[in-house]
Amino acid sequence: MALETALTLTVVLGFTTLVLLLAGAPPLESYRQIVKGSLGSWGKVTHVIKVWIPLTLAACGLLYTFRIGLWNIGVEGQVMVGAVLTTYVLRTGSDGQHGQYLLAAALLAGMAGGALWAVMAGYLKTRGGVHEIFAGLGLNFVAQGLVLWLIFGPWKQPGIASMSGTETFAEHLWMPYLEGLRISPAALGMTLTSVVLTAYMLRATRFGLYLKAIGSNEKAAFLFGLRPQATMILAMVCAGGFAGLAGSFQVAGVYHRLIPAISSGYGYLALLVVMLSGFSVWVSPLVAFFFACLNVGSIQLPMVLQLDSSLSGVIQGTLVMAALAMHAMRARSRKGGGPDAGG
Amino acid sequence: MQGVDITILLAGIVAGAAPILLATLGETITEKAGIINLSLDGTIILSAMAAFAAAVTTGSLLAGFAAGAAVGASIAAAVALFSLRLGLSQVAVGFVLTLMTKDLAYFLGTSYARMEGPLAGPMPVPVLSKIPFLGPVLFSHSLPVTFSMVMILASWWYLYRTPSGLKIRCVGENPDGAYARGIDPDRVQLFYAVAGGLLVGVAGAAFSLCVKPGWGQPQGCEGSGWIALALVIFGGWHPVKAAVGAYLFSFLQVMSIYLQAWWPDVPAQVFQVAPFPLMIFILVLISVAQRETVMRAARNHPALRAIIQTLSGKAPAALGRQKKGTG
Repeated sequence: MALETALTLTVVLGFTTLVLLLAGAPPLESYRQIVKGSLGSWGKVTHVIKVWIPLTLAACGLLYTFRIGLWNIGVEGQVMVGAVLTTYVLRTGSDGQHGQYLLAAALLAGMAGGALWAVMAGYLKTRGGVHEIFAGLGLNFVAQGLVLWLIFGPWKQPGIASMSGTETFAEHLWMPYLEGLRISPAALGMTLTSVVLTAYMLRATRFGLYLKAIGSNEKAAFLFGLRPQATMILAMVCAGGFAGLAGSFQVAGVYHRLIPAISSGYGYLALLVVMLSGFSVWVSPLVAFFFACLNVGSIQLPMVLQLDSSLSGVIQGTLVMAALAMHAMRARSRKGGGPDAGG
Repeated sequence: MQGVDITILLAGIVAGAAPILLATLGETITEKAGIINLSLDGTIILSAMAAFAAAVTTGSLLAGFAAGAAVGASIAAAVALFSLRLGLSQVAVGFVLTLMTKDLAYFLGTSYARMEGPLAGPMPVPVLSKIPFLGPVLFSHSLPVTFSMVMILASWWYLYRTPSGLKIRCVGENPDGAYARGIDPDRVQLFYAVAGGLLVGVAGAAFSLCVKPGWGQPQGCEGSGWIALALVIFGGWHPVKAAVGAYLFSFLQVMSIYLQAWWPDVPAQVFQVAPFPLMIFILVLISVAQRETVMRAARNHPALRAIIQTLSGKAPAALGRQKKGTG
């Protein structure tokens, strides 16, 4: 196991260094900037946590759909629609009254929005016979179009519409945050709760068992009396709900408005998080933290070294590929009774 | 259709379809052999970047197209090898690669952004381009566009009229059967995954060197890989039908430009995302049309039956099959 991890990291470092050299960049300095930019100060760490929250929430949701064997690529759009509905609710309250009730309603609306978008993909799969990858992906593009249309159309800022997003909400509609840290303790608490809840649901409930049974063998589960299609929709509702909540926090807790890149690709990234964690509830938050560090740290690259920040995506992708390959190789050698068996 | 020259319109559709058409044909060949290369979107972006960078650096268009093709082939080889040698899910590998290669393209391409680069100009086919109407519509394009049209017939002929094509289809339907007949399915799958990848790479190069010249973030070809993947299904894994789909898609793209001019009140975002719900809608239609109840209802309606027969096409039976024994 340790050897496998070491090998994976060596492969990733080797490939990333190669890419950096190809771009004519100093590798060591680039790595130093990523570390400094993510863990270098308390302020940077809070920024990492701000990314960790939506990433972990989306990952929680994906655990349900992966368990039943669905590729919920639509998670990205589910985050966006959650953000849209939250913005819709918060826009109604500009009179300064009942801020906390409105916020609660906004979060619920966000979860409902994400769930709705997920159910659409789910029905396209179970009723329409469209593979969930295409259904989800198509809906992602539609959601992005919806966000842009709202920002440049009905919800544009007074005066001129711009890429900076809709008008910022009044301060009483922001999720309360710790002074100086800029992190909402409520969002952090709900994210941790989501992880525990997901672990409980998947490991200790009948529903979790059904997901696993259908994911392992749909036909057998059906013959056993389970309802694969209805359960798939339920799994999509769970996934969309968590993704929608992530979108809600992006709006109500981080940006305090709707911006074009509200989902920031965290949905797609969460798919990688869950894959790298080996579909584990407890490992996913840790991987999410590491990925958040890479994302935040690489923001330094354009500023200091004139490199593109997409390097984080290259590292993350290579990491998942290398880990998948190592895992498969180990499984192979174990099957073949090789010397690595048990290692 | 006032003020629209039909010849220019059709020529525009043919030219605009070229990259997506090439990618669709490439993926059709790959999937016919039983491999799903889901990394198309990232592959196209990375090969577009590589092609542009190579063409700018060397000043040679040929080098550009070669670089694009090489990138497409390598990524396809990665998908195939991870599946054939390690037993990994093709969908998983393809998805990770599509994200990774896109980021790789943006990272490596920064220094080439908004640069002036070489451009594949029109190269009319001698004699044929003189034919009235058909000449300007079909035979007066740049080389990549002409190549894309030739490839429709070439891939159809190869798949359905040659022994090698029979081998591909055999492996895609039943690898074990193929093995029993003395064909090595792994070798065939790897070979045609790479061959399809070559075409996808050329598609990327056709974007950055011809149809949407230049490199930037975004380049403008984002999303087209997913469209190509959907068009393979639309075409029922048949190259000619898939090509019809590619031209249909190009037609819609061109029309959206006109429609936008006619209905300025409709926001631009609607036209930009319109292809995607349309894609879903068509996939639903195809799936529904193949249901037994619909088939039975259509038995007495020749016209309906003809439509369903055109729409339907079965996926190769062994498509995306994971090797047994490993997870």
